[in-house]
Amino acid sequence: MSNIDPEKLRSILATDCGSTTTKAILIERRGSEYRLIVRGEAPTTVEAPFEDVTRGVLNSIMEVEELAGRKILDGERIITPQKGNEGVDLYISTSSAGGGLQMMVSGVVKSMTGESAQRAALGAGAIVMDVIASNDGRLPHEKIKRIRHLRPDMILLSGGVDGGTTSHVAEMAELLAAADPKARLGAGYELPVIYAGNKDAIDIVKERLGKKVALVITENLRPVLERENLGPARDKIHDLFMEHVMAHAPGYKKLMTWSPVPIMPTPGAVGLIIETIARDEKIQVIGVDIGGATTDVFSVFQGVFNRTVSANLGMSYSVSNVLAEAGLPNIMRWVPFDIEERDLRNRIKNKMIRPTTIPQSLEELIIEQAIAREALRLAFEQHKSLAVGLKGVQQERTISDTFEQTSSGETLVRLDHLDLLVGSGGVLSHAPRRSQAALMMLDAFLPEHVTELAVDSIFMMPQLGVLSTVHPRAAKEVFEKDCLVRLGSAVAAVGPGKDGAAALRVTLEMPGGRREELALAYGDLRLVPLELGETAKATLKPEKGLDVGEGKGKERVVTLKGGVVGLVFDCRGRQPFRIPEERAARIAKLNQWNEALRIYPARDARKVSTAELRPVEARV
Amino acid sequence: MAHSYTPGLKVTSLATLRRERKLPLPGDVLVTEGQRVTAETIVARTQLPGNVQTVNAANLLGVLPEDVEECLTKPVGSKVENGETFAESRSFFGLFRSKVHAPVKGTIESVSKITGQVLLREEPIPVEVDAYVDGVIVEVQPKSGVTVETRGAFIQGIFGVGGETCGELHVAVAGPGEPLEDRAIDTSSRGKILVGGTYVTTSVLRKAIAQGVKAVVVGGFDDYDLRQLLGYDLGVAITGSEELGITLIVTEGFGSIPMAARTFDLLRSCEGRRVSVSGATQIRAGVQRPEIVAPLLEATTERDVKEDSTEGGLKAGDMVRVIRQPYFGKIGRVTALPPELMPLETEAKVRVLEVDFGNGSRTFLPRANVEMIES
Repeated sequence: MSNIDPEKLRSILATDCGSTTTKAILIERRGSEYRLIVRGEAPTTVEAPFEDVTRGVLNSIMEVEELAGRKILDGERIITPQKGNEGVDLYISTSSAGGGLQMMVSGVVKSMTGESAQRAALGAGAIVMDVIASNDGRLPHEKIKRIRHLRPDMILLSGGVDGGTTSHVAEMAELLAAADPKARLGAGYELPVIYAGNKDAIDIVKERLGKKVALVITENLRPVLERENLGPARDKIHDLFMEHVMAHAPGYKKLMTWSPVPIMPTPGAVGLIIETIARDEKIQVIGVDIGGATTDVFSVFQGVFNRTVSANLGMSYSVSNVLAEAGLPNIMRWVPFDIEERDLRNRIKNKMIRPTTIPQSLEELIIEQAIAREALRLAFEQHKSLAVGLKGVQQERTISDTFEQTSSGETLVRLDHLDLLVGSGGVLSHAPRRSQAALMMLDAFLPEHVTELAVDSIFMMPQLGVLSTVHPRAAKEVFEKDCLVRLGSAVAAVGPGKDGAAALRVTLEMPGGRREELALAYGDLRLVPLELGETAKATLKPEKGLDVGEGKGKERVVTLKGGVVGLVFDCRGRQPFRIPEERAARIAKLNQWNEALRIYPARDARKVSTAELRPVEARV
Repeated sequence: MAHSYTPGLKVTSLATLRRERKLPLPGDVLVTEGQRVTAETIVARTQLPGNVQTVNAANLLGVLPEDVEECLTKPVGSKVENGETFAESRSFFGLFRSKVHAPVKGTIESVSKITGQVLLREEPIPVEVDAYVDGVIVEVQPKSGVTVETRGAFIQGIFGVGGETCGELHVAVAGPGEPLEDRAIDTSSRGKILVGGTYVTTSVLRKAIAQGVKAVVVGGFDDYDLRQLLGYDLGVAITGSEELGITLIVTEGFGSIPMAARTFDLLRSCEGRRVSVSGATQIRAGVQRPEIVAPLLEATTERDVKEDSTEGGLKAGDMVRVIRQPYFGKIGRVTALPPELMPLETEAKVRVLEVDFGNGSRTFLPRANVEMIES
C-alpha cells in the first residue's frame, strides 16, 4: 500500500463482491477531478458450480470493459498500471460474499465489556452471532453447547478493565477451551481468537487457549470503565479477516494478489465513508443499507461511530422474517388498499423462495415498499438500542447506586440532532421515483426538526469506502458528484396534535427572491420543489405544543437545501407519529400523503386491487 | 448483462447423481469403494464428544480454587457415575466434611486453579450417517465419509420442510390439478411417499403423519398451513432439521398451484418405486433445494444430466413459468428477448421478454420474473 502514489492515479477499478452480485465501478481522473465512468455487475461465484470468487469479478469487469469501450483485462489478469487507454492504475475490492464475516464475541459483564466487544466487531463489519458473558443468564454447559454449535469465523474475547480481577476472564477462556470451537470455513485450520481484555489476564488466556486456537493478543478494548479503545481490536479483526477467513474462501487467495490494498468487509468500508462525511462536514449522520438478507445501520453522533447489522431483516432472503418480526398489521398499515392476509402471506413467502423476482405491478411495488418501511424501522430500533453511551460508568451518585445502570448507557442516536440521513440498497437506490425513497426513509426513521435526505445512486459506497483508505480525495469527489443523490430537506414538527388543527406556518424565500407562504395543518405532508444545488431561507412558525428545533411554539429561521425531490414539510406528528387505525381513514390518509409527494404514477392507487390487475400491455 | 441467468429446477427422468455423506467429526467409514448400498446402509460412524458440565467445586467444598485438585477423590481423567462423590474436604479438625457429587455420568476433564471449577465431560454421543440413496460407493474419504453415486429420476422442489427419508412412491391423486385429500390416506399409506396435485392442508398432513406416511410431495402449500404445521412463522428459508414426523416437498410455490404436468408425469412414472427424498432447503449462499431421487441403477440409457444443466441463457422458443404476480404460475413460450430496457407499470425500466401464453396474446414480463422449464 505504501508504494501507491495517490496523485499519480489516473484510473481506479473497484469491485464489491456481495452475497448475490459482484459490482464493479470504473473511476477515472478527468481534468483535475475523479469521476465515475461506468458500473458493471455479474452474479457472485463463491458457490458451486464455480466456487471461485474471481470468476464473478472478471465477469463484472468484462461488463465494465463493454460499457466503457476500453480494455482492462489481459486474459484473466487486470492490466496495471494503465498503459495508454488499456488497464487501470489501481484495483481494490470489498467483500461480503459467503455470508460476510461472522463472529462471536465474549465479555465478562454483558452490558459492559460484552457490549463493547460487540461494538468493536460490528464496527469492523462483522455479523455478531452471539454475545457470551459471565452474567448472560445461561449455565456454563449451555454456553459451551452454544459455542460449539455456532462455528463462527472468528471470536473476540474481552473482559475486565486493566488491573481488575482476572478470574472471570479465566472462566470465559476455560469455557472456550472446553468448547474447542471449530471454524466455519476450512476444517483444517485453527479458529482465530482475538483477546482484547484485562492485560493482567494475558498469560492465563495464553495458557488456556494458546494450544487450541490461533490466539492473537491486542490492547484491552475497555481499559477503564469510562473509556472504550475499540481501534486496535477492529484493526486486528480486519487483519485476521484477510489472513484467515478470506484466505479460506474460494478464490480469495487469487483475488488478494490482484490488489495492493487489503480486501475489506463491505460494511466496514461503508462505515468508513459515513464516518468521513460526518467528520468532514462536522455533522450528525445516519446511513442505512438495506439488502436482500441484511440491513446495516451506521450512525455518527457526537463524533462516535456506531454500526449495527440486522442479520435477518432484508428484502428477499429475509423478507419473510420482516413479516414474522414486524407482524402483519404493521406492514398493512402502510398499504392503501385491501388485500387478504392469506394472499399477502403467500406472496411474501414466494418472494423468499424466489428472491430475484421484481415487482411488476404497482400494487406489488406498494407492498414491497411497505415491507421495506418495516424492515428499516426494525433495523433502526436495533441500532438505537446498541448505539449507546458506555454502561457501567459511575455517575455523580451515592455509593448505594453505583451499580444502577439506568442513567448511563442512553442511546446516542438523537433524531432531533440528525443532519443527514443517507439510504442505500436496492429498494431505496432503485426505487422508480426518488420521492418513494424519501417517503420510505421519513416513515421508517421519523427524523425530527430539519434533516437532509439522500440516497446512494447506484450503491457504490463500499467501493468508495475502501478507496478512501488510499485516496481520500478521489473517494470524496466521486461520492459527492456521482454517488450521493441529495433528495432535499425535510422539516418535521415534533409534538402531539389534533388532525386538521393548525400546525405550522412557513415563509420561504426562494431563489430569485420569490416568496412562498405555507400553512400546514396537523396531519399534512407537503412538497415544495427546490432544485438540487439551490437553497431557500425558511421561517418556521410552529403552533403551541409543536417544536421545529427551537422549543415548543418557537420560531426558527433556517436555510433549507434543495434536491431532486425538493423540500418536504411533515406535520404528521412525531412523538407520537400515528396512522389512523380505522380502515377508511387510514387509506384516505395514506393516499393523501402519497399524492402530496406524488410518489406513485397518476393511476389512483386506491383503485388497484388484485381482481382488477390487467396484463401489462406490450410496449414495443 | 452479457448473460441472462434464469433459475430452473431440475426435473429429469434419468440423471447420474452423487451425494456426499460426511461425518461431522472424524470417525470410521464402514463401507468400501465399489460397494452397493441401500438408502438405509450405515456408511460411517463416529462419536461426538459429550456435553460439558461445570461444577463449582471450590464453592461447594469451601476451599480456595488452587486447593480443589487436592480434594479430588478420583484423579483427572477418571470416569464418574451420576451422583458419585469425586471431591471431598474436611474442616474444623476433620469434624465437618463437604462432598461434591457428579451431576452426570462422565469423565473428570480438568480442574481450574483460578476459578475452582471442575469440568465433567458427559459420555460421547454416537453419530451414524446412512447412504440416503440406493447406489454404489464411488469414493471413500478415510475417517470422514463417502460419496454415493446413483442413477435414476431426479426432481427438485422449490421448498421443503423435514429431513431425509426413503419409501415407496404412490401418486394419490388423479391429476396434477387435484389437491391431496383426506380420503386418499389410509392404513395402506404407511411408509410411503405420497404425491398430490395442487396443495395439501395441515389437517390432511396430520392424518398422513398419524398413518405413518413418510413424505408428501405437492404443487403448492399455503403459508397459513405452514405456520400451523411448524407452530411458528418461518422467517428465513433454512429448513431440513424440523422434526415433524413427515417430510413435505412443494414443487411450485406458496398458494394453491397445480403441479407442473412434466413433474407430475415423471412422478407418476415412478409409481411403486423406492425413492429417497429430502426436504432440506436453503435459499442463501449455497442454494439447496428439496429433492426426490428415484434410483434405477440398472438403467442403461446414457443420458447423464449435469446438475447445473438447466441454468443458462434463455432463448426464443423456451418454455417458461412466471414466478411472480400478476401472472404467477402461468406457463408460456418465449417469443422475443428485446435487448433494450422497457418500462413496467411501476415505472421501473428493466430487461424483459415477450411470452405467448398459448392464447395468441403476447405479454411482456420482467426477465427476473420467469423460470425456465426443461422441455
